[in-house]
Amino acid sequence: MSVIVLTLLGLVFGIGLGYAAIRFRVEGNPLVEKIDAVLPQTQCGQCGYPGCRPYAEAIAADEAEINQCPPGGDAGVRALADLLGRDPLPLNPDNGVAADGPQMVAVIDEETCIGCTKCMQVCPVDAIAGAAKHIHTVLNAYCTGCELCLPPLCPVEKCIVMAPEETSIREWKWPSPEAPAARSAA
Amino acid sequence: MAESGSAGREKRGMKKLWRFGGGVKLSGHKTVSDPAKVQRAPLPKRLYLPLRQHIGAPAEPVVEVGSYVYKGQVLAVSSAFVSAPVHAPSSGTVIAIEKHTMPHQSGIAEECAVIETDGADRWHPDIAPLPRPGLLSADELRARIREAGIVGLGGAVFPSAAKLKPPRAIDTLILNGVECEPYITCDDALMRSRPEEIVRGLLLVQRVVESAECIIAVEDNKPEAIARMRDAVEKLRASGVGGSDAIEVVAVPTRFPAGGEKQLIKVLTGKEVPQGGLPYEIGIVCLNVGTTAAVYDAVYEGRPLVARIMTVTGPQIRQPANFEVLIGTPVQDMLDAAGGVVSDAHTLIMGGPMMGTRLPHGQVPVVKASNCILVENAALADRQPAMPCIRCGTCATVCPINLLPQQLYWHARGKAYDKLDRHHLADCIECGCCAVVCPSRIPLVQYFRYAKTEKAAQEARDAFADQSRVRMQLREARLARLAREQEERKAKRKAARLGKKKTKVPIDQAGPATREMAGEAREVVA
Repeated sequence: MSVIVLTLLGLVFGIGLGYAAIRFRVEGNPLVEKIDAVLPQTQCGQCGYPGCRPYAEAIAADEAEINQCPPGGDAGVRALADLLGRDPLPLNPDNGVAADGPQMVAVIDEETCIGCTKCMQVCPVDAIAGAAKHIHTVLNAYCTGCELCLPPLCPVEKCIVMAPEETSIREWKWPSPEAPAARSAA
Repeated sequence: MAESGSAGREKRGMKKLWRFGGGVKLSGHKTVSDPAKVQRAPLPKRLYLPLRQHIGAPAEPVVEVGSYVYKGQVLAVSSAFVSAPVHAPSSGTVIAIEKHTMPHQSGIAEECAVIETDGADRWHPDIAPLPRPGLLSADELRARIREAGIVGLGGAVFPSAAKLKPPRAIDTLILNGVECEPYITCDDALMRSRPEEIVRGLLLVQRVVESAECIIAVEDNKPEAIARMRDAVEKLRASGVGGSDAIEVVAVPTRFPAGGEKQLIKVLTGKEVPQGGLPYEIGIVCLNVGTTAAVYDAVYEGRPLVARIMTVTGPQIRQPANFEVLIGTPVQDMLDAAGGVVSDAHTLIMGGPMMGTRLPHGQVPVVKASNCILVENAALADRQPAMPCIRCGTCATVCPINLLPQQLYWHARGKAYDKLDRHHLADCIECGCCAVVCPSRIPLVQYFRYAKTEKAAQEARDAFADQSRVRMQLREARLARLAREQEERKAKRKAARLGKKKTKVPIDQAGPATREMAGEAREVVA
C-alpha cells in the first residue's frame, strides 16, 4: 500500500514539477539581468568585453572579476559585491581610472569632419548621426561618453574630442555641505 | 527664539484660525526698509531678460537682434500650457540674445534677451485697457493673464493662467500677503500703496475660478497693511462691486513660515494639502498679492508684467528701501540706487535670510520672482563650524511639515536615499527652521538640498543607463538583421545565377570560371 501511495505521489509531483518547468520557464540567466542593471551601460568596452551585457554574462559565468569597470567606479564595484555576496575589490587600474567630474560627451568639429563614417559605425548607442562624405554630429542626449569614437579610430586630428556636458540650472547639484569649498560658499 | 507649536485652535476676531505644527518666531527686521514708501528705481542702461523666468517651458524669442522694441512688447513666447511670455520692460534696442549669468546659486548662464534702453520708456502703441473688463468671460480673462506673462510672484513663479485652470471646482481663494520672512517688506509696501488694485485683481481671479469664499491673509505684524486692505474691501463693498461681499481680510499670527502655501491653508481652513499634492485638490487656490495686482494691470490697464516691487535691504546697504523695479534690471544697479553697499564684507542674497538664494555677484538680472535683495554681513552668512548632532530633537519640534530633520540629516550623510524617501525628504520645503534652532549649528537645509539633488541625479543616471541599454540592444538587433539580410541576398544572388546558367548557358560552352562556379553551386545544391 505504502509503495503505491509513494509511487503515486512521486508521479503527481513529477508531473507537477515537469509542467512548472515548462510553464514558468525563465529565458536566459536572471543573474545576468541583475548584474547588467547595476552596470553603468556606458558600453565602452574598457572591461575587455564588447559592452556591458557581455561583461555581465562573464561575471555571471565566473569568468570575470567584479572590478573591471572604470565608469562604474568604486561605487559600482561595491554594488556588484553587494549583489553577488562577494568582497569588494579595488578597481583594476589596467582598465583605466574611474571617471570623476561632469559627464563627458563627444563633440565633432564640423569644420574638420571628412564624413568617413567610422565613428558612426562604432558608436554603441547610435548617438552619431551623419552619412558618407557628409558632416557627422553627436546627439548629446544619447552619448554615453564611451570614447570609442576618439582617435586613432577617427583619422582626422582634433576632429572628435570629449567635452564636459553643459549643466542647466535644472540639473545643477548642490555641493555637499561637507566639502570645504561648499562650506565657505553656502 | 524658537517656540514649538501644537496643532490647536485659536479664535481671532470673526474668523476661526488653526495653527500649523512647528514654526519659529523670528525677529522681523521689517523696519529696516520702510514699507510706507515705494521709490521708482532709475531706468537702467541695459536690461537682461531671461527667457525662462517661470516654471515650465522656456519662451522662444520672437524679436531679432537689432530690432527696436517698445515697452510692453512681446520678446519671447511659448506654446506650452505651463509657460509664460516675456515682455520688454522698457523701450530700446535688442542688442543681443545670449547667455547671461542667472540669479541662482550655481552662477550658471542661461539665454537672455539684452535690451539697451533709449530712455524714452515708451509704451507699445497697442497697449490699452481692455474694453469693459466687467464683461469678460473666465476664458478671456485667463487668456489675458497668460498674454501678460503673469506668474506667481510669491516666489514659485508658476504661470498663473495654468494655475487658474484647476481640474476641479474651487471653494476658497486665498490671497497671500503674509510675507513671513524677515527683512522682506515688498508685499507690505504693495498692500499699502495699491490696496484697491490688489482687491480688484482678486475679484477678477475670483470670476475665473468661481470660488465662493475669498480670504486675504496678512501677518499681524503689518497692522497698516491690514487696515489699508480692509478699507479697500469696505470701499468696494460700499460701491456695490460684485463679489466683494465674499472677501474677508484676516490677520494671521506671526510665525515663520506662516506664508508657506500649505502652512497658510492650514491656518486659515484647518485643511491639509495631501502629500505631494497641490492646493486645488482640496478646493483651494492660493495667490500672492503681487500676482493679483499684476492681474489688475493686465486687465484694467492692458499692461503686461514688466515691473514689480522689490525690497533692497540688509545691514550692509546704505539706504534700504522698496523700489518699483523693471524686470531685467541688473542687481548692481539696484544696489547703487539704494546708496551702495557699506563694505566689501557683504553677501548678496535674493529673497530672505531663511530661504533666499545666494547670488554669485551683482551682475545678475532682477527676475519676476525677485522679491528682495538682502545685503547680508559676510561674517553672518558664513556659519560657524558645525558641531556633532546631540540628538536633542529640537529640529523635529519646529519642522512645519512634521518631518524628523535629525533622521534626515543622518541618512543624508550616509547617502541612504531609500531611507530618505521613507522619511519623506521630498516634502521638505527647505524653510530652515530646523537649522535656525539647531544648537550644534548644523547646516541641515544644505544637507537636505544636497541629498535632494543627489537623489535626482542618481535617478537621472539610472534612467540614462536604461536608455543606453535599450539603444545598445536595438543596435545589436539592427546589426544582426543587416547581417542576416546580407546573407540572404548573397544566397539569393547565387541561386539566381545558378538558375540563369541552368536555363540559358550550357555549362560546357561557358568559360572555365563559370564551369567552376557552377560545379560549386551543384555541390551546394547536392
